Amino acid sequence: MLSALVLLPALGGLLSFFLRPAAWRRALMIAVAAAHAALTVATWVRPPGTGWGGVLRLDSLGQLFLGVTSALFLVSAVYAVGYLRRESPGAREDFVEGFRFTNAPEAVFVGCLLFFLSTMTLVIVSDNLGLLWVAIEATTLASAPLIYFHRHHRSLEATWKYLLICSVGIGLALLGNFFLAVSATVHGGGSIPLSVQGLRAHAALLHTPWLKGAFIFLLVGYGTKMGLAPLHTWLPDAHSEAPSVVSALLSGALLNCAFLGILRALQVMSAAGLDTYARGMLVVFGLLSMAIAAAFVIAQADYKRLLAYSSVEHMGILALGVGLGGVATFGAMLHVLGHSLTKAMLFLLAGNILAAYRTKAAREVRGVLARVPATGALWIAGLFAITGSPPFGTFVSEILILRGAMEQGRIVIGVLYLVLLAVIFIGMASTMSRMAQGEAPPLPAGSAHGESRLAVLPPLVLAAAVLAIGLYIPSGLAHALRSAAGMLAP
Amino acid sequence: MRVLLDTLMVLLVFTNLRLLGVSRLNASIRTVATQGVLLGIVALLANSGHLTLRFIAIGLAGIALKGVVFPWLLLRALRGAKVRREVEPFVGYVPSVLAGVGSFLIALWVAGRLPLPGTAASDLLVPTSLSILFVGLFLVVSRKKALSQALGYLVFENGIYAFGVGIAYEAPALVELGILLDVFVAVFVMGITVFHISREFDSIDTTRLATLKE
Amino acid sequence: MNTPGLVGPVVALLAAPLFLGVIHRTKAVFAGRNGQPMLQVYFDLAKLLRKGAVLSRTTTGVFALGPAVAIGAPIAALSLLPQAGFPSLIAFPGDFVLLAALLASARFLTMAAALDTGSSFEGMGASREATFSALAEPVLLLCLAAAARVSGSASLTGIVGGLTEADWQRGAPVLLLVGVALLGVLLAENSRIPVDDPATHLELTMIHEVMVLDHGGPDLAWIQWGAALKLWVMGALSVGVMLPIRTGSAWLDAASFLAAMAGLAVAIGVIESTIARLRMARVPQFLIGAGAFAIVAIALILR
Repeated sequence: MLSALVLLPALGGLLSFFLRPAAWRRALMIAVAAAHAALTVATWVRPPGTGWGGVLRLDSLGQLFLGVTSALFLVSAVYAVGYLRRESPGAREDFVEGFRFTNAPEAVFVGCLLFFLSTMTLVIVSDNLGLLWVAIEATTLASAPLIYFHRHHRSLEATWKYLLICSVGIGLALLGNFFLAVSATVHGGGSIPLSVQGLRAHAALLHTPWLKGAFIFLLVGYGTKMGLAPLHTWLPDAHSEAPSVVSALLSGALLNCAFLGILRALQVMSAAGLDTYARGMLVVFGLLSMAIAAAFVIAQADYKRLLAYSSVEHMGILALGVGLGGVATFGAMLHVLGHSLTKAMLFLLAGNILAAYRTKAAREVRGVLARVPATGALWIAGLFAITGSPPFGTFVSEILILRGAMEQGRIVIGVLYLVLLAVIFIGMASTMSRMAQGEAPPLPAGSAHGESRLAVLPPLVLAAAVLAIGLYIPSGLAHALRSAAGMLAP
Repeated sequence: MRVLLDTLMVLLVFTNLRLLGVSRLNASIRTVATQGVLLGIVALLANSGHLTLRFIAIGLAGIALKGVVFPWLLLRALRGAKVRREVEPFVGYVPSVLAGVGSFLIALWVAGRLPLPGTAASDLLVPTSLSILFVGLFLVVSRKKALSQALGYLVFENGIYAFGVGIAYEAPALVELGILLDVFVAVFVMGITVFHISREFDSIDTTRLATLKE
Repeated sequence: MNTPGLVGPVVALLAAPLFLGVIHRTKAVFAGRNGQPMLQVYFDLAKLLRKGAVLSRTTTGVFALGPAVAIGAPIAALSLLPQAGFPSLIAFPGDFVLLAALLASARFLTMAAALDTGSSFEGMGASREATFSALAEPVLLLCLAAAARVSGSASLTGIVGGLTEADWQRGAPVLLLVGVALLGVLLAENSRIPVDDPATHLELTMIHEVMVLDHGGPDLAWIQWGAALKLWVMGALSVGVMLPIRTGSAWLDAASFLAAMAGLAVAIGVIESTIARLRMARVPQFLIGAGAFAIVAIALILR
């Protein structure tokens, strides 16, 4: 079952390079996404065994991330069909600088999208830390062509930064794995297998100084990919230049996968009795990311970059939540879900706004509510959801993280957290609400008229989901979140 | 054997300092190639006590990729792109060399605090690999051209390989991941990106890749 | 009287000009010329010593002191340096600092004499010499300190004379670094390519030669002989550290030392023939590179 989850999208991706008619290719993408989602649901109903000789394993932590990834991909795939219809082949004019450029072939886009899903699934289900590393490296490989979909110099610059910075991160993570291997060398020969299970079982034998070093390198390495400051610099560029549907997947799914890499390291650290050390570092990186995001959210001129910096902020919140531990860990797990749904929704909406206004400058966008009413209404809802306002799920999770800080008596951290959240709320609200209201400027030439159903339905579904988890968390979901948080308990 | 390995380590530090001080791209590419070949030899010697097919393969793959394939690709890219053949650093050569010395001192200090649990083939292996790593990172952030940055990344990656070689006996299948990383670099960072960048901009200067910023 | 201690300095006094002759001949071979006779430096010195000196009216006693110290200080330095198994005339712990100080004082008075003339060209040369030697001297001291640590002795007798093959087997990486750094200092301190070109005749590009433009006759002979001796001192130091051959037989040791010195002269000739001279602005970088090796060597010892 687990190998099917990984191989199915990979085969689909391979197939899409050979399918000629565009309609078939798009149908294949939807079919693979749906099958992946169905398999994911099946794993919730009946827990799968291990795969590939015990290397693949799905624990409750993985189940949560797998559910989020699979659901997001399905929604994004539906949106992508509409997006690909709009993006007819052939040369087009760049709306920022006015030169002409082409897109990458659609087969590359669809194929890489499916490879991307396959590699992300592999990240989630691999129990072996070496395989996890390979899978995260592979996500970079699969997503770089997606960022370079529009073939012009800005997206090339974004891709170059993405590749270089993430490669450095990946390299550091590999070094972290080497350190881990050294710490797992038992005196007098023999070594502990580098799997989460194996390392946790023999945690007492691990060599502490090397293990600490391993965690630092893994945190910084995977943190680069996750968008934790100060190595987040690739993130705004990649998110603003990639097609919106790709940005949605990068923010909603890929960042989570990198986060999972850090969580796996944390699991090992906890078992080895270095819990306080590891969580302390997570708190520092979390607050730093939030602070840097707050600085760049204020007066951000590009609304896609605004959303990207918001991702940096939310990754900081996740790191902070897990770093605090206790009830905040549960909050962080809920926040993984809430942030992914909300941020994906907002990026899809940003794609709609981009199609309607043909500009990424926030000051040139006015009257979204009047021009594209459904997108505008969802945009406002998304604004409240992403800033953690009631009645959305993100409100619950952010409050839980605050409660975690207060319960432990870490008042300074709690206050800092609240202040940063408030600053970011003001920054995002002033830009985003200004875009939604007011009088729409005259239509620029070549912009899309009205809203297609495929462009509105996916974000609507996501908005409904965020709202639903804010109002009522079903017992099944609550159980899943609790057991995921339980895996991260000290 | 130990003296030979230690001497090789010192030669690796030589190449580090030369990379930081050299101003011509051609020369720095050749230096990286030399470093790659030296690392391959280190891989063969460090495990010569139990030289299995695996270690021979790791060493030869290192020499082939780092000593031959990558430099050849980079030299080709350099010929293809119409750029000035100077490194053009953000940080001058003298501060760069001093940073290299500083990185070696830090690496020595770190390695002193992290003793290898097993018996290492050479005491200098860990500090040398860490200092190669630092120098690579320094080159990535302090050089302007995309080509120099790719070169810096290669050096960074050499450091990881060096460390992996040192612990290869204890960590099954991890060094192979490092070589996988190499292939990844070959395919992406250098092959496609350098090609596209030079086609798109007629130059591989990343200062021209500076539209996206705050 | 320490008779064996006199052998080294006397041989050096007589053979130092020949060392230059070997360098010249190597360069000539590389350039495809017949070149000057091997003994040309001796002929030049003899010619200069027969001549009279012309002193400018603007100069003072400092100008006259320059050549005296230029030959005196290297001779004093030679008496501190054990060569080819022969002991040094004088030895005490820390004498390597005195060696460096003697070489530095020779340079200082050469610079002072150059400034004393009031000529702008010579002032420029002195300024350059001061800049570069400020970088080269610490490197020399670092190298000697590193070698002292490896040999476990604070005297040149132990550092140069006492290094054995066993030390090389233990500290090969350190000694290799020291050797490279010493070679860099040797090239820089003795105005060789790639730092300075001894054959140049353009004042604007010269360093050492431009400082002695106003000296003539015996004064110039002393300065040139002193320069040859300084090169010999640095060369003997490098050879002593790099090739500690101890066969037990004094004749064999002496022969191998002289062969190594000849090899070093050929190597310098090869370097001068194959490497381009550095731009003036890059010279500090060259010296800092040499210093980097010395620092790495020290760090490796103190680890």
